[in-house]
Amino acid sequence: MSAPLTAAAGTAAIAPGARPVTGFWRRALRHRSFLLGAVLSLFVLGAALLSLVWTPWSAYDIDVASKLHPPSAAHWLGTDVLGRDIVSLLLVGARSTIMVGVIAVGIGLSFGVGLGLVAAARKGWTEELIMRMSDFTFAFPAVLSAIMLAAVAGPGMVTSITAIGIFQIPTFVRVTRGSANAIWAREFVLAARAAGKGSFRITIEHVLPNILSILIVQATIQFALAILAEAALSYLGLGTQPPQPSWGRMLNDAQTLLFQSPMLAVYPGAAIAIAVLGLNLLGDGLRDLLDPRLARER
Amino acid sequence: MSVFFLQRILTLVATLFAASLIIFLVLDALPGNAAQMLMGADASPDAVRALTVKLGLDQPLTVRYLLWLKGMAVGDLGNSYVYGTPVAGLIAERLVLTIPLAIMSMLITVVLALAAGIYTAANHNKIGDVGVMSLTQIGIALPNFWFAILLILLFSVKLQLLSAGGFAGWDDGIWPGIRSLLLPAISLAVVQAAILARVTRSAVLEVLREDFVRTARAKGLGKREVLWRHVLRNAMIPVMTVMGLQFANLLAGTIVIENVFYLPGLGRLIFQSIANRDLIVVRNCVMLLAAMVVIVNFVVDMLYAFIDPRIKVANL
Repeated sequence: MSAPLTAAAGTAAIAPGARPVTGFWRRALRHRSFLLGAVLSLFVLGAALLSLVWTPWSAYDIDVASKLHPPSAAHWLGTDVLGRDIVSLLLVGARSTIMVGVIAVGIGLSFGVGLGLVAAARKGWTEELIMRMSDFTFAFPAVLSAIMLAAVAGPGMVTSITAIGIFQIPTFVRVTRGSANAIWAREFVLAARAAGKGSFRITIEHVLPNILSILIVQATIQFALAILAEAALSYLGLGTQPPQPSWGRMLNDAQTLLFQSPMLAVYPGAAIAIAVLGLNLLGDGLRDLLDPRLARER
Repeated sequence: MSVFFLQRILTLVATLFAASLIIFLVLDALPGNAAQMLMGADASPDAVRALTVKLGLDQPLTVRYLLWLKGMAVGDLGNSYVYGTPVAGLIAERLVLTIPLAIMSMLITVVLALAAGIYTAANHNKIGDVGVMSLTQIGIALPNFWFAILLILLFSVKLQLLSAGGFAGWDDGIWPGIRSLLLPAISLAVVQAAILARVTRSAVLEVLREDFVRTARAKGLGKREVLWRHVLRNAMIPVMTVMGLQFANLLAGTIVIENVFYLPGLGRLIFQSIANRDLIVVRNCVMLLAAMVVIVNFVVDMLYAFIDPRIKVANL
C-alpha cells in the first residue's frame, strides 16, 4: 500500500510508510485497539456486502400478519411492526449507512484536501480567504444544513449526503493545511524548488504523499462522525427515506413501540454504536501505527 | 490590545452577515415562490399572486434581504406564513425550553468531563484510568438520540420514575420543568462529556510534564495542590476550545433530542415549520442557531486571550 507512495515522494522524504510493509502488519497485529477496530469495521462492512447478495428475508416485503414476532429460528431477532425481518433490515441498513458515509466523506475529502493544499501552497490572502470560509462553515452543523436543504428540496438521501459532506469540508481543510504547512517548511521541499519544480508539482509529488497517512487517519474518524450524522438525520426523517431501510429510521419506528417491543429500539442503535466504535478504534490504531510520533499523547 | 479585539469583532460581524446571506439565498432564492409552495401545485394563479403580494414576495430579492436585516436589527422578524403571528414571539416561546436545556446539558457535561478527565490524568495508566477511558471510547460511539431512547427504556418504561416525554413548563415552579428536562439533558451531556473528558485528560497530562510543575513539587507543594493550583488553569485552554466547538454540536443535538422527548422547543418548531412550508420561521430559526454558534466561538476566543495573554501577541 505505502511502497509506491514513498517512491513518488522521492528519496529525501522521510515518509512514515518508508518502513517495510511487513513491519507495519507485525505491529498492527499486536496493537489491540487497531485489531478490535479492524474486526468491528470489517464486521459492518461484511454485513453491508453480504446484504448485496443475500439476506435471510427480503428487507422490503411487508407481511403484517407476522408483525412484532419475538426472536425465533426463522427470524433471529424477530420482526418489526410491518412484519419485516430485523436481521435483514439491519444488513441492508449497513449498506445505506456505508454508502452515505463513503460519499459524504468523499465530498469532504476532495474539497477539503484540495482547498487545504491550495491554502498551504499559495499562502497570503488565498490562504486567509480559504481559512475564513472554512471557519464560517463550522457555523452550520450537518443537522442545520440538512434542515435548510430539506425545507427547499425535500428530505432524502441526497439531502443528507450533501449536508454531511459540506460539514466535513472544514475539518479536512484545517488538517490538510496544517500538516501541509509543516511539509512546506522542510528541506526537501526547498531542494525540489531549487531543482525548478513549481508549487503544483511540489504539492502533488512531495506534500500530498507525506500527509497521506494523516489524511487516512482523519478520514477514518470523519467516517465515524458521518455515520452518526446520517443516523440522526434519518431518525429525524431528513435522510434516507422508507422503504429503504436505515438504522436511524428503524430507531424512529421503534420508539413508538417502546412499551410493546423494547428490543426493537436496541438493535439498530447497537449497530450504529458498533460501526462508530470500530471506526474510531481503527482511526486511533492507524494513527499510532502510521505515525508513532503522535502516539505520545495517549 | 484594542487592535486584537477590533479585529475579532469585525470578523464576527462579517461572519454573521455572510451567514445571513447564505441562509437567505438558500431558503428564499432557490425554491422559487414560497407562496406557490404554501398553496400547493393546484392553487389558482390568481390566488398565488395575491398571496405573493400579501407576503411581500413580489419585491426584488435585494429589497427583501435588506428588509430582513432591518427587521432583525429592530426585533421584527415578520409574521409566520402559517400562523400569522410574529415569528419573534414563536421563537421566544420555544427558547424558554431550549436555552435551559442547553445550559443544563452543558453543566452536566463540564462536571462529568472535568471529574473524569482529572481523575484519569491523576491516576495515569492505573486501572481506574484504563476503565474510565474505555467507557469514554464507548460514550463517543453512542448516538445521543439512541442513548436518550435507552434512558427512556430504563427510567420510564422499566422503573417508571420519569415521564417519557413532554414538558411540564415553568408555571408550577422550577422543579417540574427541570424534571422533564433531566433525561434530555443527560442524554445530550453524556456523549459530549466523553469527548471532553479525553481532551481534559490529555491536556492535564501535557501540563503535568512541564518544568514548572516539577519546580512546584520541588518547593514542597503536595501533588493535589499542584494539580489544583497550577495544572488546571494551564490545561483549560484546549478544554475551552473544545467546549466552544461542542456548543455547535449541542445546539444541533437539542434539535434531535427535542424530537426524541417530544419537547416543544426550537427544534420542534423548525420541524413543524418545514412540514408546513413556513420558510420564514425556518429562516429565522436557522439564523438564530448559526448566530449562537458563531457568537459562542467568539466569546471562547476572547476568553482565552484573557486566560493566556500570549495568544494576543501571537495573533497580531
